[in-house]
Amino acid sequence: MISVDALWWAGLAIALALASAALSLLTASVPRLLRVLVMPLFALSALSALIAGLLALINGGVAVAELPFGLPWLHWQVRLDALAGFFLCVIGVVSFAVGLYAPGYVRGFEQGRDPLPVLGGFGGLFLTGMLLVVLAADAFLFMVAWELMSLSSYFLVAFHHDHAANRRAAFLYLLMAHIGGLAILLGFGVMASVGGSFAFDAMREAQLPFGWASVAFALAFIGFGMKAGLVPLHAWLPEAHPVAPSHISALMSGVMLKVAVYGFIRVVFDLLGQFHWQWGVAVLIIGSISALMGVLYALMQHDLKRLLAYHSVENIGIIFIGLGLAMLFYASGHTVIGTVAFVAALYHTINHALFKGLLFLGAGAILHSANERDLDKMGGLLRRMPWTGLFFLIGCISISALPPFNGFISEWLTFQSALQAWQLESGVLRSLVPIAAAMLALTGALAAACFVKVYGVAFLGQARSRHVRRARPVPLSMRAGQGVLALLCLLLGVLPTVFIGLINAVPQQVLGHGLVQATAQGWLWLTPVSPQTASYGAPLVAIALFVAVGLGLWLVGRGVRRVRRCDAWDCGFAPPSAAMQYTATAFAQPIRRVFGLLFHIDERVEPQQNGHLRHSLQVSDRAWGLFYTPVVRAVEKTARQVIRLQSGNVRVYLGWTLGTLLVLLWIMA
Amino acid sequence: MNASLWALTLLQVLLYAALAPLLVGWVRKIKALLQNRKGASVWQPYRDLYKLFGKEARMAHTASILFRAAPYIVFVATWLAASAIPLIAIPMPTSAIADVIVIAGLLALARFFLALAGMDVGTAFGGMGASREMFVSALAEPAMLMAVFTLAMTAHSTNLASVVEYQLVNDNILRPSYMFALAGLMLVAIAETGRIPADNPATHLELTMIHEAMILEYSGRHLALMEWAAQLKLLLYGVLLANVFFPWGIGQGTGFAAASIGLVVIVTKLALLGVALAVSETVLAKMRVFRVPAFLNLALLLALLGLLSHVILEVGA
Repeated sequence: MISVDALWWAGLAIALALASAALSLLTASVPRLLRVLVMPLFALSALSALIAGLLALINGGVAVAELPFGLPWLHWQVRLDALAGFFLCVIGVVSFAVGLYAPGYVRGFEQGRDPLPVLGGFGGLFLTGMLLVVLAADAFLFMVAWELMSLSSYFLVAFHHDHAANRRAAFLYLLMAHIGGLAILLGFGVMASVGGSFAFDAMREAQLPFGWASVAFALAFIGFGMKAGLVPLHAWLPEAHPVAPSHISALMSGVMLKVAVYGFIRVVFDLLGQFHWQWGVAVLIIGSISALMGVLYALMQHDLKRLLAYHSVENIGIIFIGLGLAMLFYASGHTVIGTVAFVAALYHTINHALFKGLLFLGAGAILHSANERDLDKMGGLLRRMPWTGLFFLIGCISISALPPFNGFISEWLTFQSALQAWQLESGVLRSLVPIAAAMLALTGALAAACFVKVYGVAFLGQARSRHVRRARPVPLSMRAGQGVLALLCLLLGVLPTVFIGLINAVPQQVLGHGLVQATAQGWLWLTPVSPQTASYGAPLVAIALFVAVGLGLWLVGRGVRRVRRCDAWDCGFAPPSAAMQYTATAFAQPIRRVFGLLFHIDERVEPQQNGHLRHSLQVSDRAWGLFYTPVVRAVEKTARQVIRLQSGNVRVYLGWTLGTLLVLLWIMA
Repeated sequence: MNASLWALTLLQVLLYAALAPLLVGWVRKIKALLQNRKGASVWQPYRDLYKLFGKEARMAHTASILFRAAPYIVFVATWLAASAIPLIAIPMPTSAIADVIVIAGLLALARFFLALAGMDVGTAFGGMGASREMFVSALAEPAMLMAVFTLAMTAHSTNLASVVEYQLVNDNILRPSYMFALAGLMLVAIAETGRIPADNPATHLELTMIHEAMILEYSGRHLALMEWAAQLKLLLYGVLLANVFFPWGIGQGTGFAAASIGLVVIVTKLALLGVALAVSETVLAKMRVFRVPAFLNLALLLALLGLLSHVILEVGA
């Protein structure tokens, strides 16, 4: 049994996060405190959350406690089990890296006009909110923590509020967060009405009939899916995440989306505790579409942070593909394969937190030293910032799901579970799973294309603008934050058995089935189903790769001290200038052409007054026109109808109040 | 794990590197004969590599460290991918280390660095090659995965040695899913190895080139490694087609006799595939770049049809 210790560490994490929030009030007068006190406290808080999570995962078992707050008949209950522990690890590890990184990054704000207490204070509250969501064991505390997380991140999104576009993005974010929150609340309401209490324990006990369970599932799927950024509800995400300061973007994309995934897993896998193939199909289809659309839209972006935000949509889609497969296999009684898919989804959850955090921190480093977000103005940064270049490369390889880094492991596991589709009884499901696998394969290949574009345009070649040419390496603290995440990306890719051994406690507790066979062949071999079906010796592949490359460099390149330099050949044409390089937009042009139907493309060539031609290209998200604009129009139309009530005469208002009261009394009686 | 097994595996891994230039030389020779030319000797690719390894490597002023490291990474990743595919005998412990998804991943890793190296110098041709390579592979890679998944699902294993063994024991070639998968994989192989009609390996200074555009700035030993990696990739796809779909004759034990028969058989099969490739390259013309997606969509469609016909027709039956 744990786990008083684990819970103690979690409490310490929350206390430290609150302390970091409170102390940041002092930064109004002493700006330096933000980086010497507030951010280190933030990192310590994250570290204790990580320790709490690891303890919970290693020891297994469940720890519960009751806090003396909340409603008179329902005090706040907290519960730390393996699932909560896993997500505490996810939150802790990325927040720790952010805490290391931030002191260097926020230094740039010290001279500015931006209010520092807002940055530090809401940052601390944001972390508190996320930790509490994961720890909550009743719907009331869950919703309070959820709102704390949403509201504090709203203020962080609105941090650079002098641009109108940022204010609009922040408002949109707030709006969507609340529509999602409403759906989640209603979902809890459905479960509580059967369970008789808002405590999670009561909901877990309650056996919902299929109809009500489906309603609760649908509400949870919409609510958490909206927060996680599933297509078609994703359009707010690429607006809101990029405009926050970069270390906050890393937290939002890397961690907050995972909290939404946590909520979905908690409600559907744990509280509802039943699986139906219809739900699995819905999750699988939405997940596949999100993955593909996310990466295609990402390819069309040339703003680095927006591009990364669209990749979050893609990766959340991949996580939901895994969850959908797990639900599908569990619904049909194939628990072993369902567990493989579930572990794949969890593994991708931590992977995405790591590499997306890393990439956003890298984007922040570029922003810090070159003040540039537009890929088409970057170039040659690898020589200006070699460490950031190396870490960013590791992030790019990881997110493109290439061996021997971590993204590949989760994709491999997802494929392995999809390949067991032949065991399903229904022919329709049997053919649906391979199609989802094909979409996953297409997504992976397109992601690789996208990150060749990002890295090639930003870090290789020549600088496309003067300020990028003058970029300087970032301070040590920022490099350390990126380095921690890059190292973990490699470790999770090379030693999957170790980490799957840790994660194993989660399916064991939530689903009642562990993945013992995956690590049964020793730490070298990952065998999710059985050694005959599939095996992957990740450490061996990594060793072979590194040794052979090293050996090759030594054998072939020995005796050569320096390679002589010359002008680029380029087929003997005039020496290339920076403007002749492929830009991000040009790189993606073939893909834009092939998948053109999926985008809203506005491309035009207009003559200007000085006789030059001006080419403009605008690729926008179809989700706006298809899903958002109609809702906005409907709301406006309804609002116009409601205006009629507003006569300005107080007696009419009193009449309405009286009427409402009578109707309510009639309903109650 | 006995010694002879590992010796045989090592031999196969070395054979991959040794045979790769020969296949390219053979295809070029046949193409030349078909075009009424005498053509260079089949050993010419070896001479080219030898010469390139001896030459001084030069780099552009704008090239970064990645440009220098990329040839080694590309070559090693391709070679490792190849070394997990049984060449002359089925027992191959490396197939358990890296299954077919890992092979696809390693090939993707090689391609990733190849494309980055193309963009590194900052020339227009390099960027063009990288953009097109990633565009073509984005469509080809899923098709390849679907084709091999058809086999893997039938054999209930993603381990290629098990797949080949399953194929050999159960004569399955006339299953509809196999025909679709074979057709899909052939199209993918053509596109991935940069052959006509998707790309032309014999062209420089042409606006349609893909692979050659990316390695335009390389010279000396770097170029040699890049060329060798491309030859290995051609051999890899050839062996994949030959051994997975037509496994007859491959050695089943670790004995010397089985291995030598396996070697003769695979060389014969590859020679036949080389002739087929040379004939198709002589008959067909190179496509416009924007016709290539249609070609690859066909490949993806065929591969997916293969997988679907397997799960619908063959699993239930």
